[in-house]
Parts: sequence; structure tokens; C-alpha cells
Amino acid sequence: MTDLFSKFDDIIEMRRALLATGVEDPFNLVMERVLSPTVAVCNGRETILLGTYNYMGMTFDPDVIDAGKEALDLFGSGTTGSRVLNGTYIGHREVEDALKEFYAMEHAMVFSTGYQANLGIISTIAGKGDYIVLDIDSHASIWDGCKMGDAEVVPFRHNDMEAMEKRLKRIPEGAGKLVILEGVYSMLGDIAPLKEMIGIAKAHGAMVLVDEAHSMGFIGPNGRGVAEDQGVLDQVDFVIGTFSKSVGTVGGFCVSNHPKFEVMRLVCRPYVFTASLPPSVVATAATSIRKLMHAGNKRAHLWENSRTLHAGVKALGFTLGTDEPQSAIISVIMPDLERGAAMWEALLHEGLYVNLARPPATPANMTLLRCSLCAEHTEEQVERIIGMFERAGKAAGII
Amino acid sequence: MDRTEVDTTIRTLLEPFNKKGVAISDGTSFTDDLEFDSLTVMDFVAAIEDEFDIIISMNQQAEIENYGQLVDAVVKLRG
Repeated sequence: MTDLFSKFDDIIEMRRALLATGVEDPFNLVMERVLSPTVAVCNGRETILLGTYNYMGMTFDPDVIDAGKEALDLFGSGTTGSRVLNGTYIGHREVEDALKEFYAMEHAMVFSTGYQANLGIISTIAGKGDYIVLDIDSHASIWDGCKMGDAEVVPFRHNDMEAMEKRLKRIPEGAGKLVILEGVYSMLGDIAPLKEMIGIAKAHGAMVLVDEAHSMGFIGPNGRGVAEDQGVLDQVDFVIGTFSKSVGTVGGFCVSNHPKFEVMRLVCRPYVFTASLPPSVVATAATSIRKLMHAGNKRAHLWENSRTLHAGVKALGFTLGTDEPQSAIISVIMPDLERGAAMWEALLHEGLYVNLARPPATPANMTLLRCSLCAEHTEEQVERIIGMFERAGKAAGII
Repeated sequence: MDRTEVDTTIRTLLEPFNKKGVAISDGTSFTDDLEFDSLTVMDFVAAIEDEFDIIISMNQQAEIENYGQLVDAVVKLRG
């Protein structure tokens, strides 16, 4: 008998070798208590959270919590059904209305996760004979959406406009074209030159889908994302987003002005063949989205935090993913996985949690310590974080 | 351009990616012999696409395991 698991032997060995060095398991951390959007108790230690996507700190917002509790009382713990059967409650409509208002778009469709939003929309709209042209550093959910559909998939080098245009030019006459971009690429925290890229895509007759998961709530004049910030949101055919980052709960969505968009509810399998979000989740999401429309001060503080941390860690001598802070993600590049894991552990012992990102999730096989800031991090916390980086970096022999 | 010419051109394009100087025959595997990772594949494919002004989609790449299959695919795509 061939063991179907033998294909995972390399990964099992890599993990064994890493843990054999005595390092704490970076992919098995348990938070015993969560005290606020920025502090949790891990292994009995009070820990500052710098590796969540809780950008706007909405998870403990009193209005959001109240909305969730009320929905639990009024509508129960779950819908036990698909959106197209018994799974659409008034709350699902309300969160879609909140999204339409937030993005000033005609249509909004809510999925059970952000992953499913990409999986569903991409695999459904790009079919046999169509072409998908996408950035090589696209998120796994985008790649999986491509793989699930029947379109021809054509990647180009990260943020490379010329490479994208060459590929668009070579697509046979008459074929459907979908260009897929992200506002913020979450591994290095860099943004895309959407204005130029979307201009090129449109000049070649392509429809454009932009994943704005890591920009919602704090990039752009109304927090609609990088496309809004660069003045090209009106040229984006489909915006994909999530509730699991700035919104502070779980779920995914697509907003669009396409006149036929509503047909997606009938033909998109990852929307149809799964249970809808629980009433409490859509209630917290709707409340949070409406509050994010008026979160100018929080947004400004988040950007201050991002600039302070970027400058502080850079000054210590670390190599960062971007020369300037472009988002709420500050990515610190580690020399290799072993020293990255050692540094990660040293930070944890200091009382700081960051994300350790390693291949294959990372571009160019890099090992990264990804720091994502929250609007609720205080100035004092950010200063403490920089001190922790200094001590841990010296202990791990990186600076 | 016949198969021999395509072969010669691809051989030249392959050189900078063939870091270990593996001897190239039709049966040379990109993953097993040349040990290409996904980024190398992307750059190598882009070089071929630009040279021949064609698209080799990932769907088509999935069918190409060795050097000979690549040459055949490019000949076919050139029409």
C-alpha cells in the first residue's frame, strides 16, 4: 500500500528539525485569554498582539459586542442553511446594505469567509476559454479560485506592469479577460500601483477584480482601499473583501456595480453550497462596518503607529519588506527559517506576538516576521515593541 | 521556425536558469533534474513567452514535465 501521506514527509521533517532545536512551536500558539484587541495571555504570559489583522481594533467595540449579543438572543446561534434556502435572515440583508453604503456600490454579496469569496467569484466568472491574468504573489484563495475554475491562468511578476501588459496583448482576440490584483500584498505589506495597472487592464478590455482585504477601513479617503486611494475605484469591476480583518469578525464579500451581478447568488457554488454566517456574526459585522465609515481618528492613529514602528525597527538595523510604510503591515526579513524562529521565540518571551511567515506562503522563499498594527495600539505600546525588537534581535544574533 | 530552431532558441534561454549545468535532453525534467521552483518556472516561462510572443498558461505548463514536451508545446503554440 502506498501511504498517501508520504508526500508530506519533507514538511514533517522540516518541522521536526525546527522543533528539535528546542524552539517553541511557532504554528501552535494558544491564546488562553484575550484581554483587548492588543493584549492576550499566551502560555500564562501577558503578550502584546502584533500579528493579528485586527487593524481597527473593532473586536471589543462595545456597540459591536452588543449587536452580536442581541442577535444571539433574537435569532439564535446559527442559520443551519444556505443563503439561497433558509440561511438569509434580516441581518444578512442588513450587512449587505452596510457594505453597499460603505463602498457606494450597487451590489454586495456576503460569503461565509473571505477565502470563499475569492474562490467563488473567480471560479464562477472566469470559465472555459477565458483568461485570468494575475500577480504571482496573489493570496492562496485567489490561486485556489483559479484552480477551481476552467479559465487559462497566466501569472506575471509581482507588480510588474510591463509583464502584465505583454500577457494581456497576447490573449487571443475575443477571449474574456479577468485581471486580478490586490490592494495590499500581505506578506511584505506593499501596495500595488493600481492606477497604472487598472488603466492598462481596461485599455486591453479586461474586467478587473481587486482584493482589498488588507486595506479596508484605513486606506483611502473613506477607507474603501487602495483603489479608492489612487482614484480608480470606479474602474474596478469587483472588490473582494473580508470581515476577518478591520471589521473584526469572520466572513467575506464581493461588491460590484455590474448590472447582472445578482445572478452570482444562483450560480456561485461556494456561496450556494455552504451554510450562511451566524446571525451574531452578521450583526457584529454590520455594526462594525457602519462605525468604520466614521473612524477618521482611529485611522490616523493606525498610520502613526505604522510609521513609528517602521522607523524604529529600521533604525535598529533590521531589513524591512518596504522602504516606507505602505500599509499596517511591517514585514521584517529574517536571514533564514532557523534564526527567524529563534527571533520569533525571543520576542514571545519578551511578551510580543508577531507572525512567523515561511515558504511557501512567502515570496522568494523568505522567512518573515510580520508585524500588523492595530489602531488600538498605544504610542507607549509601540515604543515598548521597538525595545523588544532590539533585545530579541541581539539575543538571536540578527542585529 | 522548425523544431530544431525552436530547440536551439530554448536551449539558449535555459542556460541562465540551468545553475548546475545539467546536460539537457528531451527527457530532462524541470522539477527533478533542473530542480526549478515556482519563481524560476515563472521567469523561465516569461523568457520563452517574450521570445516567441506566445502565452503558455499555467494550465498548459501543468502538462509539460520535461524539456522535449516544452519544445513540442512551443512549436505547437507558434502554429
